[in-house]
Amino acid sequence: MVRLITHNLLACHVKGCTTNNFPLVFQDVQVELQEAEFNPDFIRNMLPRLEWTALVNAAKQVGDTSLPLEQPDMMDDELLQKLHHALMEIHIIEGAMVCQNCRHAYPISNGIPNMLLAEHEIG
Amino acid sequence: MSRPEYQAPPEIYYGDAEAKKYTQNTRNQQIQADMTYRAIELLNLPPDEPAFLLDIGCGSGLSGEILDEEGHIWAGVDIAPSMLEVALERDLDGDLFLQDIGQGFGFRPGSFDGAISISVLQWLLNAETSHPTSSPPHRLTRFFTTLHSALRNPSRAVLQFYPTSDDQIQLITSIAQKAGFGGGVVVDYPNSKKARKVFLCLFVGGGGTQQQMPKGVEGEDDEHARFERRREKEKKRSTSGKRKNIKDRDWILRKKELYRQRGKEGVPRDSKYTGRKRKATF
Repeated sequence: MVRLITHNLLACHVKGCTTNNFPLVFQDVQVELQEAEFNPDFIRNMLPRLEWTALVNAAKQVGDTSLPLEQPDMMDDELLQKLHHALMEIHIIEGAMVCQNCRHAYPISNGIPNMLLAEHEIG
Repeated sequence: MSRPEYQAPPEIYYGDAEAKKYTQNTRNQQIQADMTYRAIELLNLPPDEPAFLLDIGCGSGLSGEILDEEGHIWAGVDIAPSMLEVALERDLDGDLFLQDIGQGFGFRPGSFDGAISISVLQWLLNAETSHPTSSPPHRLTRFFTTLHSALRNPSRAVLQFYPTSDDQIQLITSIAQKAGFGGGVVVDYPNSKKARKVFLCLFVGGGGTQQQMPKGVEGEDDEHARFERRREKEKKRSTSGKRKNIKDRDWILRKKELYRQRGKEGVPRDSKYTGRKRKATF
């Protein structure tokens, strides 16, 4: 299960791929929604670590357009709820994540992304 | 049968059958749970705050289950697809990745509040191919440097593993230090053969205040069986090969003396032939 929270922290780790290796772009995704317990403190703690534009774009790619384009200064409950839904409840089940720089595709099957590299790609 | 890490690479050793066996074994579950609780304790997270943790070598999610219970959010990586399949069936909350930790992580800097790893590092100490990137030091370096950058400052990583020698501990700690980690090894139950557990307790940053090195648990093990059966078996076998015969000449002489003292009849007299080995003719 790839959720957007981990997708937002994931960059390409192929050898020599150091610029423009984040975010990974979703391809042909199948999405599943699973309810998770709402934890506002955790979302607040995570916020400084997240890349807002990458999150909004990723959410769009998986069909969630509820987030505002710019990161608002004030976090009210409604927005935290939306964030919680986008970060924790959307699971990507099938598809792939592609690095924009080196075009390496990390296939996702059965909810588990395959992050293994070939011998020549290991740094 | 020797240690599992000598038999095959992890993704092959933990095939479908072994993955099921490992997960359903209540003894394994107990050991894994005990070590996970101890690892969380060593992480020293702020109380009552849900943290975002990385479970390295999460396997079928035995420790992930405990992280869920403790209210933490986690992501797990493992190299054995069969183990991950079992984890999927067990309906855990964490995100799972199929990843070789020796190839390094791709997580952005400062992603995690901490990392735990139960019984994994020893798998990194074998070279599977002769390619330079599969030498243990190279894989360990890659693992520790990418792990160091994926963790927040300050935070900790607690990695329990089964070393076969002090050299291995030395190698692992020196590479971890080169990668920028502080800290070192914590040994629980150091005087118990069975319950001894080695935790690598690594610190990222300190922010002015030095992080205190935690102490290992002293004393003997309590009612729990805190060791894995096959490891003990393996140890027994390795020592039994060198064991000397107890019934040597001294032993025979002592016994004969004892029988004479007790007045037993027909005790043969001592001579240069007593307790001597027969020729290997037969």
